[in-house]
Amino acid sequence: MPLALQLADVSRSFGRVHAVSSVSLAIEPGSATALMGPNGAGKTTLLKLCATLLTPSAGKIEVDGIDAARDGGAVRARIAVLGHDSSLYGDLTATENLTFTTRLHGIDGSADRVRGALDRVGLRTVGRRPVRTFSRGMQQRCAIARVLLQQPRLLLLDEPATGLDLAARGMLHELIAELRQKGTTILLTTHDIDESLAICDSAVLMARGRIRWQGSIRTEMRSDLEARLRAIAEEIR
Amino acid sequence: MLAILWKDLLVELRTKETLASLFLLGTLLLLVLSFAFDPSHPLHEASAPGVLWVAIIFSGTIGINRTLLRERENDCFAGLLLAPIDRGTLFLAKAAVNFILLTVSEMFLVPLFIFFFNLPFLATIARLILIVPLTTLGFAAIATLFSAVSLQTRAREIMLPLLMLPLATPLFLAAVQTTTALLSATPLDQVSHWFKLTVTFDVLFLVVGWLTFEYAVAE
Repeated sequence: MPLALQLADVSRSFGRVHAVSSVSLAIEPGSATALMGPNGAGKTTLLKLCATLLTPSAGKIEVDGIDAARDGGAVRARIAVLGHDSSLYGDLTATENLTFTTRLHGIDGSADRVRGALDRVGLRTVGRRPVRTFSRGMQQRCAIARVLLQQPRLLLLDEPATGLDLAARGMLHELIAELRQKGTTILLTTHDIDESLAICDSAVLMARGRIRWQGSIRTEMRSDLEARLRAIAEEIR
Repeated sequence: MLAILWKDLLVELRTKETLASLFLLGTLLLLVLSFAFDPSHPLHEASAPGVLWVAIIFSGTIGINRTLLRERENDCFAGLLLAPIDRGTLFLAKAAVNFILLTVSEMFLVPLFIFFFNLPFLATIARLILIVPLTTLGFAAIATLFSAVSLQTRAREIMLPLLMLPLATPLFLAAVQTTTALLSATPLDQVSHWFKLTVTFDVLFLVVGWLTFEYAVAE
């Protein structure tokens, strides 16, 4: 069985700035990995590279054994991205936004399925309201419904809980657990140690575009993880 | 591709932002420029093709800029780029949307142009029925490509005209020359080289846009 995500010596530069330098990573199918590190560590750039939103300056990225440089479309058919921006159209209703996603991705977008996804995130009664009128938490829930419809093989999460209240955060964690049960692989960037421990079974710590540490994580390792992150922050100060 | 057409036209139907700017700016330009020349002066008639295309080009540039800038809200453009389709298809969809919006605005602007310049209505429509859509197709293609490029820049509002207009000059020259000839009832074979230039430009920028959109949208 191919790895869910494999990065081989991946680098990405913006002019003279090396955002990601020689990163190699192998993520098993069905696992959940937290990508952590201080601001500017290269976490979001790495996530964008995995999502084919950026092309690497060097190295190779494979999703489910498919080379992202050769067949970006096939890779994008297997992934979904949930970031702090919802990527929803404010002038469309929640239902229209979800219907657009299903049409764009060529997946089943029957009215029942869209209603079901909205129901799952508690937005069924406001499905006909323009997304512009939604609060930040409601918009993120709508984005979560979109991920549910996509049922991706690999879910890339870029600090998705930023600005969410406890209820919305809980719903997000439930969604991730639900998708994991269905075999979805998770790659999550976060600054929140508790969140990474609650969701993930392994962590990758980055600084200045490079991986500084990677390994399994468990709840009892909280202080160890915190110490490692603190040491990295001290080192790059 | 149809999904993007459906979404963009639905958003436009709801907001009417692009069509309103295309129509209002186009009308304003037609009005001001048609009043710039004394109607009894021979220059008034001679300036007509230039006035029509200046109105279409400048209102169109601003309108087309809006259709891609709208994708920046909530980082919707990233959502589009994550679609499991070839980026060239994304270009064709966006160019098709821009072509439709420009054509709708021209359906208002051309009759106004005929009115301001006191031209025979049906005869003028019949003469312009080919050259206006042909030029609009090339305009939509090059403007879509360069609006994607300008989307990545800081001064994105002014980058589209700066990048596009110099390259689109042959298309607009051909449009003005062909329109001048058609309005003065010059035989078509005498302007066939301008027609050929317009068609070549259309094909060239549709193919270039389709092939290079992936790089145009790259950060």
